[in-house]
Amino acid sequence: MSKDDDRSPPLDLRGADIAESSSKTRNCVTGSGHVTGMNPMEFQAPYPDQVLENVLENVLQFLTSRRDRNAASLVCKSWCRVEALTRSELFIGNCYSVSPKRATARFSRVRAVAIKGRPRFADFNLMPPEWGAHFKPWVAALGSAYPWLEKVYLKRMSVTDEDLKHLAEYFPSFKELVLVCCDGFGTRGLAVIAKKCRQLRVLDLIESEVADSDMDWIGEFPESGITCLESLIFDCVESPINFEALERLVVRSPSLKKLRLNRFVSIGQLYRLMVRAPQLTHLGTGSFSLAEGVAHGDQEPDYESAFAACKSLVCLSGFREIATDYLSAIYAVCANLTSLNLSYANINAEQLKTVIFHCHKLQTFWVLDTICDEGLQAAAATCKDLRELRVFPIDAREDSEGPVSEVGLQAISEGCRKLQSILYFCQHMTNAAVIAMSNNCPDLEVFRLCIMGRHRPDHLTGQPMDEGFGAIVKNCKKLTRLAVSGLLTDQAFSYIGRYGKLVRTLSVAFAGNSDRGLKYVLEGCPRLQKLEIRDSPFGDEALRSGLHHYYNMRFLWMSSCSLSPQGCREIARALPRLVVEVIKDEAEVNRGECEEHIDDAFDILYMYRSLEGPRDDAPHFVQEHSKQKQGIGLSNIVLLIIYPSMKRWRFGLEELEVQNGEFTKFSSMPPVEKQELAFTREKKKNLVCLF
Amino acid sequence: MEKEGLGLEITELRLGLPGGSAPILVDKNEKKRVFSDISDDHENSSTDWKLTQTKNQVVGWPPVCSYRRKNSFHEKDRLETSKMYVKVSMDGAPFLRKVDLSMHEGYSDLAVALEKLFDCFGIGEALKDAENSEQVPIYEDKDGDWMLVGDVPWEMFFESCKRLRIMKRSEAKGFGLQPKGSHKGNSKDVAK
Repeated sequence: MSKDDDRSPPLDLRGADIAESSSKTRNCVTGSGHVTGMNPMEFQAPYPDQVLENVLENVLQFLTSRRDRNAASLVCKSWCRVEALTRSELFIGNCYSVSPKRATARFSRVRAVAIKGRPRFADFNLMPPEWGAHFKPWVAALGSAYPWLEKVYLKRMSVTDEDLKHLAEYFPSFKELVLVCCDGFGTRGLAVIAKKCRQLRVLDLIESEVADSDMDWIGEFPESGITCLESLIFDCVESPINFEALERLVVRSPSLKKLRLNRFVSIGQLYRLMVRAPQLTHLGTGSFSLAEGVAHGDQEPDYESAFAACKSLVCLSGFREIATDYLSAIYAVCANLTSLNLSYANINAEQLKTVIFHCHKLQTFWVLDTICDEGLQAAAATCKDLRELRVFPIDAREDSEGPVSEVGLQAISEGCRKLQSILYFCQHMTNAAVIAMSNNCPDLEVFRLCIMGRHRPDHLTGQPMDEGFGAIVKNCKKLTRLAVSGLLTDQAFSYIGRYGKLVRTLSVAFAGNSDRGLKYVLEGCPRLQKLEIRDSPFGDEALRSGLHHYYNMRFLWMSSCSLSPQGCREIARALPRLVVEVIKDEAEVNRGECEEHIDDAFDILYMYRSLEGPRDDAPHFVQEHSKQKQGIGLSNIVLLIIYPSMKRWRFGLEELEVQNGEFTKFSSMPPVEKQELAFTREKKKNLVCLF
Repeated sequence: MEKEGLGLEITELRLGLPGGSAPILVDKNEKKRVFSDISDDHENSSTDWKLTQTKNQVVGWPPVCSYRRKNSFHEKDRLETSKMYVKVSMDGAPFLRKVDLSMHEGYSDLAVALEKLFDCFGIGEALKDAENSEQVPIYEDKDGDWMLVGDVPWEMFFESCKRLRIMKRSEAKGFGLQPKGSHKGNSKDVAK
């Protein structure tokens, strides 16, 4: 990313005296952000470069792909500047790679912002919860830079109610809020959004944790007049809602196309909503069972006709507490469905068959493994157009029964030749089935196989799963995302390095024998962007082998591997623009051993490129290694090492003397209690991130 | 579950690498640090009781995201992650709040959470020194009696608490609070 924020015309092409006047001719921006050309009141003959830039603006504004835009911005300063003026959608893949200030300074006419925060492994409780990724600094910067902002998309960020309040206040044209895997806010924040964002079209909460502040947020939507609401997704909200208010809202929202209800909406209530919104295209059914205290009676509404009336329905999900008796109600819409999510519905093969039998157009199918191999065979027989399949485990433990196996995978590979993406949890797998899939489904872009038992080999041959995954990378030429599992040797990684030339995301767990495994990957996969590894025997030498590539990556995560602090420091030293975060294992440290020696070992390495250096909001359990703070020239450095423990914090203060860049003395002071934190914060000015 | 695993492994007939069942990792406090060379580690596996004992659930594995785990209705999961929401009212506060008792390990933890919820101090003090504090946290138990929070061991409180109330000291007199250590079912009168 270029750091050039200079907005005046390039001085090498014209004299400095012209620079002043030419900037006047550029002041013709209309409210919508389009450059109209020259202001007739201040007509000056346009300079050739000026014309070029104006033309460029008018051309570049049509570029939508951010990759194309990134490429255009690298051509020269002029193109960089013009591209920045015409970029209306800002995507930040890692919220710590660039500061809000820098981003908003470069791009001045942004209308939509997307920001991603925590790494994906945080979803599996591998990261301490207070790690970071706060939206707060962003909302402040966006507020001052883009008062016309319309859309915000956040993934794995911590968002507070306060942040949501600011969103509602700063942006009068605010239209779309999408929060995916976020936390830190509650129904109180939602209430403010509902109340104040009068232009709101989209409010999508997906797999986010929403605190229950006992607030009727649905009731905060304006009570009268037509709304512009098009999408309301709140299936992850784990608290009851005011149904009457929701019903009134739906009636007043003729543009509503997507509605995904949470499990506190009963099937009876669903019916009432459906009859008022037959125009829906995406429906999340809520609990799909009777409300508490309601019995299965004769007075029940005609659910089937309600579904039949929704002629535009293409995407169906929900079924959070499914009463399977009602499943037949959906038959009428199955023929039109392109997406069906039954992954919260505990249904068996027979029950699935009655549904899937109708779903000829299905392209996306998410389901629980309770349907067994038999259910998958039924899906394979009908869904010839299937593009994406996800099979989740109802019992996510290593020793559970495992109702699906290589049989189901084989069937899918034979029936669904257009498959592009698969996520498959199972207990047992064979190389043969995986190889079959690699041959039958050449369009595969995403292959994620999770054999739940660690180090489990091919259960028929006893062999490692190397050949299966090898075939996938070899035969699926479009593969960009891969997750491996089962017993794997370095050979598997050799295949990945040799054939996985387009792989961008790789997830590894409990795999490999030695450093060579990781080396194959780092040396062989030029497109690798995101690499997440846990519990695999890769050490410092392997880490070193990726030095040539880390600046091209969004991040590297390695936890419970064979790395040492020195190894990490080496990387930090070699690559100043890399932030190297090292996170300690709390449980280990709570042993009272810190007085004796420094427990240097750590659990997680998370490193990412950044223009900003180590972040200033890192919590106590994160150590950051970065070269950027060198050169301060202190002769005495106080290194604060904080050992979080279960109930209270302990701190170790180490004082080191530095002479000529070498540490000469090292003395350890006894741990201090929490009250002294105030003292240490004052001294923080002298704290250096070493190495 | 570990014990079941042990039994099955010994008797189960299956194809596998020589030496026994699939290699088992040594877990330390259920998390791993340095990964030792496990692929050679066959002989230790099923015979080493200590190892199988520690072969319990590894953090974050299988990689089902925590959101989905919470929503899975496998009975065991449901019990483990089941929340214990109780309503909390505070005299003078306009809104009822809810607190999840299962998120807290003891009274002091709960006190902190309540203080945060209502933005007030003194609840922690109240637990230590009921006589003198401004606020009196009380709870309604399964039998409908109002008891002083802190009287009974945490587990007992957890089991029986149906709702909480933070009462002003001035209201507390004459409220009919069950005295400390009172025998339930006796109609003893009046709180301290």
